[in-house]
Amino acid sequence: MLELKSLYRVFRDPDTMAALAASIAKDAAHLSEPLNIMEVCGGHTHTIMKYGLPGLLPSNIRFIHGPGCPVCIMPKERIDQAAILAAQPGVILLTLGDMMRVPGSHGSLAQQRAKGLDIRALYDPLDALAIARDNPGKTVIYFAIGFETSTPMTAVLLEQAERLGLDNLLFHINHVLVPPAMDAVMAEPATKVNAFIGPAHVSVIAGADIYRPAADKYHTPVVVSGFEPVDLMESILRLVRQKNDGRSEVEIQYSRAVTAEGNRTAQAKVNQVMEVRDEFRWRGLGPIPKSALKLRDEYQHRDAERVYGERLPIVEIDDHKACQCGDILRGLADPTDCRVFGRGCTPQTPLGSCMVSSEGACNAYYRYSGGPNVL
Amino acid sequence: MCLSVPSQVVALHPEEAAVTVDTLGVRRKVSCHLLADELTIGDYVLIHIGFVMNRIDKEDALKSIEIYKDIVSSMESDENA
Repeated sequence: MLELKSLYRVFRDPDTMAALAASIAKDAAHLSEPLNIMEVCGGHTHTIMKYGLPGLLPSNIRFIHGPGCPVCIMPKERIDQAAILAAQPGVILLTLGDMMRVPGSHGSLAQQRAKGLDIRALYDPLDALAIARDNPGKTVIYFAIGFETSTPMTAVLLEQAERLGLDNLLFHINHVLVPPAMDAVMAEPATKVNAFIGPAHVSVIAGADIYRPAADKYHTPVVVSGFEPVDLMESILRLVRQKNDGRSEVEIQYSRAVTAEGNRTAQAKVNQVMEVRDEFRWRGLGPIPKSALKLRDEYQHRDAERVYGERLPIVEIDDHKACQCGDILRGLADPTDCRVFGRGCTPQTPLGSCMVSSEGACNAYYRYSGGPNVL
Repeated sequence: MCLSVPSQVVALHPEEAAVTVDTLGVRRKVSCHLLADELTIGDYVLIHIGFVMNRIDKEDALKSIEIYKDIVSSMESDENA
């Protein structure tokens, strides 16, 4: 009999953590080179820092924090577009809570809201249906963000808007894809990444097989891990063992939730309404080909980028000069290498996007490594 | 954002394509639009921004729990050896 609390407690058990740490130390002694693990997903970064996993590992295993935080990679020009949309007459702009505090070039959406624009944070995208229904004289625009995990929810929202005939609900699509971002990280000549912890909830939707091309192309082991600390320790042990065996396979540690093929129903709903964009500019990583989605032509009447196209600037806007989010997202620097970390840039006053969300590497370092005292 | 948490189905609302889930004492209604098959009361699921993403495989979770017990006991027997 499985109890719900077991799904939390067992996967955070200190004795299991200690046993796995001992196994890792034993096997890591045989590694022929240091293991530089990129945990692509910000949720994993959060767990790694919260539970102090680097302190449980031998010195030849280190983490390189990846770009898998949807708000961290949102370029300023897209946030500026959201603010411009919100400023159009009769527009209500909706987005997920995490997006509200990310700085654009004229402040964050939260600051724009404080100036009087109607910008609302949602915890459930389907709440947009009631807002559109209750405001028939307004145009409601959903600023859609997230990786493969959050894309099907946007697809369902669009499907339901069509079904209910809510013609005043539009979309500004910023959904991005994990595998092209992994390619961008590996294309960096200075990259030291030689193993990946694969994003888990991306794989719940898209399947673990999406990482096979990366494992084959770069000869890097990939383990799709759960989010609890025991999950991550077991995944690290599996990566060490793959390295020692000379294997570069895609393994699923999080098999209680992830399959090789993913959620086919969710994939079909996404494919129904969206297709791949030619290119999308990621904050810190620059333009990456075929790394994001857009609405299909048959839904152009709901595409805010097309409906308001002439009013939306597409000029690329770089980050604050002192901010090193770009290097951090590419795995070339740690948050503590940045000279504004904990000084000008804190979770309360973020200069860069990696400090905004709890999944951002800088935010996780600040919160769990003693804040500015880590310096 | 991606810190989806395990929850248990406690009520079904098929007319709304929704279920009520319990997440360690907190109850809320979530959408089932992303599931091909029907949930039953007692199922464990992962929730993300108001949607059920999938079922958690109970057998698989129990198997992991057994494996971890074995790992801990083998470490303890190593220490006592």
